[in-house]
Amino acid sequence: MSLLAVKGLKIHYGGIQAVRGIDLEVEEGELVCLIGANGAGKSSTLKGIVGLEPHTGEVRYAGASLRGRPTHRIAAAGVALVPEGRGIFPRLTVAENLAMGAYTRRDQAAVRADLDHVYDLFPRLLERRQQTAGLLSGGEQQMLAIGRALMSRPRLLLLDEPSMGLAPLMVQKIYETIQRVAREGVTILLVEQNAHLALKVSSRGYVMESGAITLSGPSAELAADPQVRAAYLGESI
Amino acid sequence: MDIFVQQLINGLVLGSIYALVALGYTMVYGILELINFAHGEVTMFGAMVALAVIGVVLGVAPDLPGLLVVLAGVLVAIPVCMLLGFSIERLAYRPLRNAPRLAPLITAIGLSIVLQNVAMLIWGRQYIAFPPLLPKGQYEVLGAHVSNLQIFIVVLSILVMLGLWFMVQKTRLGRAMRATAQSRAVAQLMGVNVNSVIAATFVIGSALAAVAGVMVSAYYGLAHYYMGFLLGLKAFSAAVLGGIGNIAGAMLGGLLLGVIEALGAGYIGDLTGGFLGSHYQDVFAFFVLILVLVFRPSGLLGERVATRA
Repeated sequence: MSLLAVKGLKIHYGGIQAVRGIDLEVEEGELVCLIGANGAGKSSTLKGIVGLEPHTGEVRYAGASLRGRPTHRIAAAGVALVPEGRGIFPRLTVAENLAMGAYTRRDQAAVRADLDHVYDLFPRLLERRQQTAGLLSGGEQQMLAIGRALMSRPRLLLLDEPSMGLAPLMVQKIYETIQRVAREGVTILLVEQNAHLALKVSSRGYVMESGAITLSGPSAELAADPQVRAAYLGESI
Repeated sequence: MDIFVQQLINGLVLGSIYALVALGYTMVYGILELINFAHGEVTMFGAMVALAVIGVVLGVAPDLPGLLVVLAGVLVAIPVCMLLGFSIERLAYRPLRNAPRLAPLITAIGLSIVLQNVAMLIWGRQYIAFPPLLPKGQYEVLGAHVSNLQIFIVVLSILVMLGLWFMVQKTRLGRAMRATAQSRAVAQLMGVNVNSVIAATFVIGSALAAVAGVMVSAYYGLAHYYMGFLLGLKAFSAAVLGGIGNIAGAMLGGLLLGVIEALGAGYIGDLTGGFLGSHYQDVFAFFVLILVLVFRPSGLLGERVATRA
C-alpha cells in the first residue's frame, strides 16, 4: 500500500482547469519528484493533497481517504508541506517559526531533540534563532521552512520548488539536506522546475504538462528520455 | 499647570479604558482584516450585565462590602461577554469567511444596531446609575485630584494588558494567533485549527471589553444601551492611531487618545476664547482619526499601509 495515492485529482480556478485528473503514488520511504514547466499544475497538486485547494478525485494517505478532512488535521496526521515561496512567518522569530512546526506535538522532550537536530542540519538557524524571520536571506528562509516542516516529524514531506530563487551554492546545500532527510526515512514528494536536480536526487519521477501527467518512471530513465531532455534539461534534439 | 496635570491624569484614566476596547478591535483586525463594529456593543453589554448583577446582589445582600458587589458584577459580565463574542463570530462572521470584504463589514454594522436594540428591550431606554459602591478617596498629586477609582482603573488596565501581552508573546495559543494573523494558509499547514484561533481571539477581546465596560460605567456613574456606540468608535480610532492590527499600537493609541481628548477638552475653551467648550471633547478622537488617515494611514506603530479603509 502506498503512503500517498492520488487518483483522478482535478482542480480548477474559475473556468481554468489547472489539474486535469492526475494519478500518482508515493511509496513509504521513497523520494519521488514531480517536474514540469511553470504553470503545469504542480503546486496546485500539492495544495490539493493537503486540502488547501478545493478539488475532486481521491487522495489517500496511509490508507485513509483525506476527503473532507481540513488542512490542519491532515498536517497533524503527518503531512508537511513546504510551500512555494517558503511561507515562513516573517514577524515571528526563527525559534518561534520552528516552534510552530511542532505545534501539534505534545512530546516536549522529543521536540527539543528534534530542534537540536534541525539546528545541527542548519547551524545558520541556530545563530539567528532570536532574529525576526523576515530579515533572513532567501536561502536561510528556505532552510527555516524545511527545518520547520521537520519539526512536525512528518511521515510525508511535500516540497514545493525548494531551489527557487536561490544561489547555486545554496541550492546545493538545500539539496544535500533533502537527501539527508530522505535517508533518515522521511518519504518525500519533491516538486521542481529544475528537472536536472530533481531527477538526480529522486528514485522515480512524474512529468507534468498543462495539468496532466505525460510521463512517469524511474528518474534515471526519465533523465535519459529524449523528450524530457529536450523539454526540461535544455538539450536540443 | 494644575489643569494640565489634572487633564493628563483624567486622560490616562480614560485612555486606559480606550486601550482595553481598542485591543479587541485590533486583535480581530489583525487576524481577519475585519473591523468588528459590534465590539463597542459587547462593551456596553459588559456594563449592563454587571449593573444587573450588582442590582440583584444588592437586593439579596445589601450589607456586602461594595468592592465585593462590583466584583460579582464583573465576574458575571466577563463570561457573558465572552459567550456573546463567541456567538457573534460563530453566527455572524464565520458564514461570511470567504465572502467579499464588504459583506462582513455591513454585517458588523447591522449586528451593532441589533445588539443595541436587544439591550434597549432588556434594560430600557433610560440611563442606569452605577451605585456608589467603590470606596471613596481622593489624593492630591501636583495640585491635581486623583480618586481611588481612577487609580484602580489605571492599575487594573495595566495588569490586564500585561496579562494579554504575556499570553500573545509567550503561550502556544498566542503564537498560533500571531502566526494565523501573518498567514492563515501556512498556519493551517502547521496544524493550527484556524477557526478555533479566530474564536479564541473574539472571546479574549470580549473579556477585555467586559472589563472596560464596567470601568467606564463606574467612572461616569451610569450606563445606557447606546453607550457602546461612541466608546466603540473612539476605541476604533485609538486602534487606527496606534496602527490597526498591532497590539502594542492599540495600547499606545488608547492612552494617547485619552490624553489628547482630555487636554483638548481642558484647553479648547481658552484657545477659542470661550467660543467652544469642553463638551466638544468627543470631537478630538475623530479629528485625530482623520489626521492619522491622511498623514499616516498605517498608524504610529503599524508596518503596512492599509490598502482599503
